[in-house]
This record gives sequence, C-alpha cells and structure tokens, in this order.
Amino acid sequence: MALINFLKPKNQLEEGGRTAAPVQQDAGEPEKKCPNCHKDIPISRLWANDLVCPCGHHFRMKARQRIKMIADKKSFHELYSEMKSGNPLHFPGYKDKVETVRVASGEEEAVICGTAKIGEEMCCLFVMESYFMMGSMGSAVGEKITSLFEYATEHRLPVIGFTVSGGARMQEGLLSLMQMAKTSAAVKRHSDAGLLYIAVLTDPTTGGVTASFAMEADIILAEPGATVGFAGARVIEQTTKKSLPTGFQKSEFVLEHGFIDGIVSRSDQKKLLTELLSMHNGG
Amino acid sequence: MSGVPYERVKLARDNGRPTGLDYIKNIFNGFIEFHGDRRFADDPAVVGGIARLNNQPVTVIAIEKGHTAKERAYRNFGAPHPEGYRKALRLMKQAEKFGRPVICFIDTSGAYCGIGAEERGQVQAIAENLMEMSTLCVPVISILIGEGGSGGALALAVADRVWMLKNAVYSVISPEGCASILWKDSAKAEEAAASLKLTAEDAKSLGVIERILSENEMGKKDFYDRIRGLLTEEFNELSKDPDLIGKRYDRFRHIGAHAVVKE
Repeated sequence: MALINFLKPKNQLEEGGRTAAPVQQDAGEPEKKCPNCHKDIPISRLWANDLVCPCGHHFRMKARQRIKMIADKKSFHELYSEMKSGNPLHFPGYKDKVETVRVASGEEEAVICGTAKIGEEMCCLFVMESYFMMGSMGSAVGEKITSLFEYATEHRLPVIGFTVSGGARMQEGLLSLMQMAKTSAAVKRHSDAGLLYIAVLTDPTTGGVTASFAMEADIILAEPGATVGFAGARVIEQTTKKSLPTGFQKSEFVLEHGFIDGIVSRSDQKKLLTELLSMHNGG
Repeated sequence: MSGVPYERVKLARDNGRPTGLDYIKNIFNGFIEFHGDRRFADDPAVVGGIARLNNQPVTVIAIEKGHTAKERAYRNFGAPHPEGYRKALRLMKQAEKFGRPVICFIDTSGAYCGIGAEERGQVQAIAENLMEMSTLCVPVISILIGEGGSGGALALAVADRVWMLKNAVYSVISPEGCASILWKDSAKAEEAAASLKLTAEDAKSLGVIERILSENEMGKKDFYDRIRGLLTEEFNELSKDPDLIGKRYDRFRHIGAHAVVKE
C-alpha cells in the first residue's frame, strides 16, 4: 500500500477544543515571539499550523490539542482519568501546588491515556502534559502508564506515547522513583508479548522519564529541537565546569549519537505513525 | 542524633563507611573481577565479577566510591557512566546464563551528570537495566550500603529483595538539589531531607525495601558474617520460588498503591 494513501488533510483544530491557548491573549492581534527566529508570529497563524513557527520551531503543545492532532476524529477514548496523585509523603506545599496546577491546566494529572485510532489503526495512546508540573512523574502518572501498557498487552494493541517531562516528581520522593521500575516492567511485558511501542519525545524529555519508558520503545522518534537527556544542562555545567557543545541534548544531537531512530516534524507525525502502525499490522 | 534525616544523609556519605569492595571482600570468597562493558570502556565506578557465597558461585556487582582521595577520584566518587550500568547488565545476563544469583551493593550520589555520559546514553543505559532486570531469571538481592541516589541507584535495584543499611539513604533527588529547585535555597537541605522521606525506616514503611540491616560492629567480622548469613538464607528461599519474575513484577507494581487516589 502506497504511503500516499495515508496522506490526510491536516488537522485544522476546527472543533475549538476544551483547552485554552497556552499564551495570554491580549486585545488586538495577539502574537508570540519565536525563540528561534525572534519574529512575532500571530497566534492564529501558529494555531493553524499545529503550533509550529514558519521557521520550523516547534512550540510546546497541550496534550489534548496533540491528541486531536494525532488521533482520528472522535476515536479517542480516555482511560484512567479517575487516577490522581494524593500527597503520600505529606510533602509541604504539594497539595496546594497540585490544586493550582489543576485549575490552571484544566487537567487532573500530567499524562492522558486512552485508546485511539490513528489512520484507522487501533492503538493505545498516552500523551504527557507539560502544562501539569512539567510532565513530572508521580505515582498517578506511573500508575496510568503502567495500566495502559497492561491494557495494551491484554488486548494485544500497540502503544504510541508522546513524552514531555522534567523527570520524577520529587514531592512524592521514593514513590516517584519507583514508577521508573514499575513502568519499565510493564513495557517489558508488552515487548515480550511481541507488541509494538513507539515513543515520540517532545520538548523537554529529561530525567527519570527519559531514563525509563521514553528510551524503551521499539521505535524512538523526536520532534525537531526537543531537549532530550538525563541531567539538566546547568547541572552538567556545574558538575563538569565545562561549557557544553553546541546543540547539546537537542534531538539532532541525540540522533547523531545513535539513541533515537529519527526526527519528525509535527506535520509529518500522523502520516508516519499511521504507516508504522500499518507496517506492524496493528502490533 | 542519628534520627534526624539530614544527619543520616551525612552518615551515608561518610568516607569512613565500608565501600562496595569491602563488602565483596569480606562476605564472599575468591572474588574474581571482570571488567568492561564490551562496547566502549571499563567504568571503575562499578565493580563486578564472580565469587562464592559460602560454596555457591554468585555474581556480585558493586558501585565503588573508594576510600582515599586518589581512589575516590579514580572511582569518579561512585558516580557511574553508562558503561558502568552496561557492565552490570552484561554480568547479570551472564549470571542468568549460568544460573547464578546476583547481589548488588549500591552506594552512589547518582549516575554521573557529564557530557560524555549524555553523549553515550546515560538514560538509555539506565532504562535498559530497569527493563532487563525486571525479567532476569535468577534471584537478585540489592543492598543500599550508603547513598542511594535516584535512577543511578535504581538501575541496580530492580531486585527480588532490597535491603538498606540502617544509615543508608534512598532518594529520588539529593536534599540539596530538592531544596535548590523547590525553595531556591540549597541551605534548606535539612528541611528537604525530612520531607523526602529518605531514611531506611521511611523506605521500609513505604514498602520500597524489605529489611534494614543493623550497623552494629560495622566493618568488623561479625557484621559481614551476619550479612552473609542473611544472604544465604534469603537466596535459599528465593531459589525455591517457581514464580520469581511474577513476584518481582508484583513487588514493584504495588509499591505506593495508596499514593494514587481514584475519584
């Protein structure tokens, strides 16, 4: 089957969506400065182009907007939306922080999981949310992702995962660390069952999430210019007292060093994922 | 008072504590060290090989910090590069092939944060260990003997049993790092240490470890004899278990189940 058959009209976001634009809208034509080309780009233009600047810079995208972009219309069925982090260590300030973030982001946790069709191919889909504590992994995130992999193993479905994370959620201490082991074990079972897992790393994917399920996929893709790594650049500079090479920890750098399969722009993601799913025959 | 969490952090980091090699030399007989990850280098921060536990051949792996300034620099202060984790995994796979139990001694402030470590896939090395250890066919016991620094410690601790020395600590982030990120003030490390629940007692009450090892007579013959006895006993139990991998999965699957609210 020719790849051209999978070409679909670009998602126009005509449904509006329940999530707000991740920038403040002022009176008049609102614009956003691109950190790459330094031009002021009209927000409406960015939105019409999946938050990609004409220069190619990929702005961060809310998880639900991404689901709308990737999943076939009305095919996404959310799972585990009832799972939320408590405050298991009674960490000072954590409960209030989570409440504030819930209101501001409109989300209950830093990952959204479910089943979806991508180009008619059935799969399990998880998308992490940078607007929820920078996608940090606490117990609920770990539980949702683990449950999704278990569901996928049971129903023999492939998993597509979009990662964005600052790492483990330190307010849950050791319990957040343990999520790395828990999710990895679930990925392994899914893998051992002969099923496909594709990860798409978006900006930034760092710390404990990268050092667990983000790096465990059969096929690892990344968005252009995404930061992908273990430690933060500042920490590395402080540790080594050395200046960092140009493009350090960017997806292009990680590709060059052999740790990801490819870089794929937002506009090509659905087509590529569809083709990959199809070539693996639904897992 | 050793009950204060930050005091525990200081004790866990104390240069005078026995290091990984001390445990290997005193608990086992006839240690033969194996080097290298067969891909790029030999990481001196991770020591591994085979030895006898009483009479039984076992694979032993330890993160080694060294004692003297020179040793500590050579061992990169116990902060492994990706090659250290890859060597450890290579030796675990070898243990699996020959049916040997695996013992890991963990003592690290964390996986090394450096340019080369990032270039050579620190994240990939840790992730692979987490995945592969979850289905290793032989019994694994991991013992945190000093610092248990985040993913760099966990990468050797996806085990059937995880034990901690009384004054070892196990944490997702250093108290200084936590204080610096959350409160922009690394001087609040004491407060962070208390909030992070990183002591052996905390780890046990959270269900992250099974056993706390007393530090009475630490470094003396009785101390090592006691640990040898416990390891022997535990491996006898584990080796009889027909569902080792299933139970290991469940062990990690259910840690902190209470931390997730369903509403």
